Amino acid sequence: MSVMTSIPVAADTDLTTVPRRHPLRWLTGLLLLVVIGLLVADVATNPRFGWAVVWLYFQDVSIFHGLLTTLELTVICMAIGIVLAVALAVMRLSANPVVRTFAFGYVSFFRGTPVLVQLLFWFNLAALYPVISFGLPGVHLDANTLITPFMAAVLGLGLNEAAYMSEIVRAGILSVDHGQTEAAGALGLTRGQTLRRVVLPQAMRVIVPPTGNETIGMLKTTALVSVLAVHDLLYSSQIIYAKNFQTIPLLIVASLWYLVVTTVLGVGQYYLERRYARGNRTLPPTPLQRLRRLVGTHANVDRSLR
Amino acid sequence: MTITVNSRTTATAPSPAMVRAVGVRKSFGSNEVLQGIDLTVEQGEVVCLIGPSGSGKSTFLRCINHLERTDGGQLWVAGAPVGYELRGTRLHELKDRDVCRQRTGVGMVFQHFNLFPHMTVLENLMEAPVRALRQPKARVRERALGLLEKVGLAEKASAYPRSLSGGQQQRVAIARALCMEPRLMLFDEPTSALDPELVGDVLAVMRDLAASGMTMVVVTHEIGFARDVADRVAFFDGGRIVEIGPPAQVLGNPEHPRTREFLAAVR
Repeated sequence: MSVMTSIPVAADTDLTTVPRRHPLRWLTGLLLLVVIGLLVADVATNPRFGWAVVWLYFQDVSIFHGLLTTLELTVICMAIGIVLAVALAVMRLSANPVVRTFAFGYVSFFRGTPVLVQLLFWFNLAALYPVISFGLPGVHLDANTLITPFMAAVLGLGLNEAAYMSEIVRAGILSVDHGQTEAAGALGLTRGQTLRRVVLPQAMRVIVPPTGNETIGMLKTTALVSVLAVHDLLYSSQIIYAKNFQTIPLLIVASLWYLVVTTVLGVGQYYLERRYARGNRTLPPTPLQRLRRLVGTHANVDRSLR
Repeated sequence: MTITVNSRTTATAPSPAMVRAVGVRKSFGSNEVLQGIDLTVEQGEVVCLIGPSGSGKSTFLRCINHLERTDGGQLWVAGAPVGYELRGTRLHELKDRDVCRQRTGVGMVFQHFNLFPHMTVLENLMEAPVRALRQPKARVRERALGLLEKVGLAEKASAYPRSLSGGQQQRVAIARALCMEPRLMLFDEPTSALDPELVGDVLAVMRDLAASGMTMVVVTHEIGFARDVADRVAFFDGGRIVEIGPPAQVLGNPEHPRTREFLAAVR
């Protein structure tokens, strides 16, 4: 069969194009809908999921306080992680071999031990150093009062995160063309100015996406602090099901809240990435802009996109 | 690293030459890319460095701005040793901050422009004078807009570099270097990365600059530009200056067979 045979058509004939059809997409879509439908029906009707209990505790005050603690931990630990990470990344790339080696050692140590073990170490610091003086005369702190469970959680998660984040920041710095550093240097900008004004802003494009990933990861990793009896989201649910034995519904409550927050973070990350892609490429419209365009309202928004 | 300064040199230290290189050497590993460069560039002079790639001309240019460290010989810019401070008869290596201060007097234009992509054209021009020289913003802005006018890009002040053509970007890069009010301008193959029809605009800007009396050292493959604008042309080959003199001599009637061979290949 020769598809390519040319059929004589008068030059002024209007020809219509027929787009390709995708029957397989429709078929698989349909199949997936059926499977999801069955699954949802099963989950909704299985009484052991205890949806009434889930809904009740989803709005519980102690769960909400647990969520706040989880969010607080996430924000503090990420802040510590990011600040230390920038310092560590710059140290890793320093010309000073002492500083470079220190940063390398830090990253190896914290990346090389389980974060759960690190948390337990900080929690039990008083066993190693009952009194903390930082080697200074007059400073005399009791380790047991200083290292509260929350403090141990912040130290353990924050210092561990710094090690991971520093590798991300380092990759970002290395992704910036060396010509940028040379041009900045040739203009007489100092190393610090070059880093702050020229290199880091451009590195953000590479740093932001994995940082969003790390933040979402951190939110979930904070669940580990339940072993230190910090009243986070998971531990608050555990306390409740220890009393009423509604284990599964309360684990669902915790999971739902984790899912809600990670979804919000995901949306935030999307817009943050767009912000740092400026000047690099033309951006596709956001889902919201596409929706508006589809609905046909906000003609002014539409025009501004072109 | 050996740098020798004899006492006679110190006695006559503040030399009027803008650039004075005496036996400058530089190696990358075991590859000696500069094998003793002697070159003096007087104030207001335009010197073009030509030669095959790998002959050391770009490396030498980068040494003048201390983007590369020299391994031997002496290199002076405006009477000061590049990257060092002269105390008595000893050269003390400068701290980063002092190297930066030294560089503020020397403008450099790169083959690939190296504009800052996250800043507008105007911000590109204003960054270094405001940050490195700590000059007031209003004054710098005025000067920057004047320079953009001069290179024919006044209407692009608020554009981002990526939206400009290569030729426009390179003219912005020249304006950015000039905004520091340097006494010496270095050009590292400024037109090599440009489409042929965009080369003319950039060369025109460089011609104007040369006519205004700026001291310029230009690494270039544009033989026509070198013939018209340069006061002297230096032909580099194998890490040495093989031949140097007025363009009419080096380009029109070269003595050295290597120069003749190169010019025949370039034409």
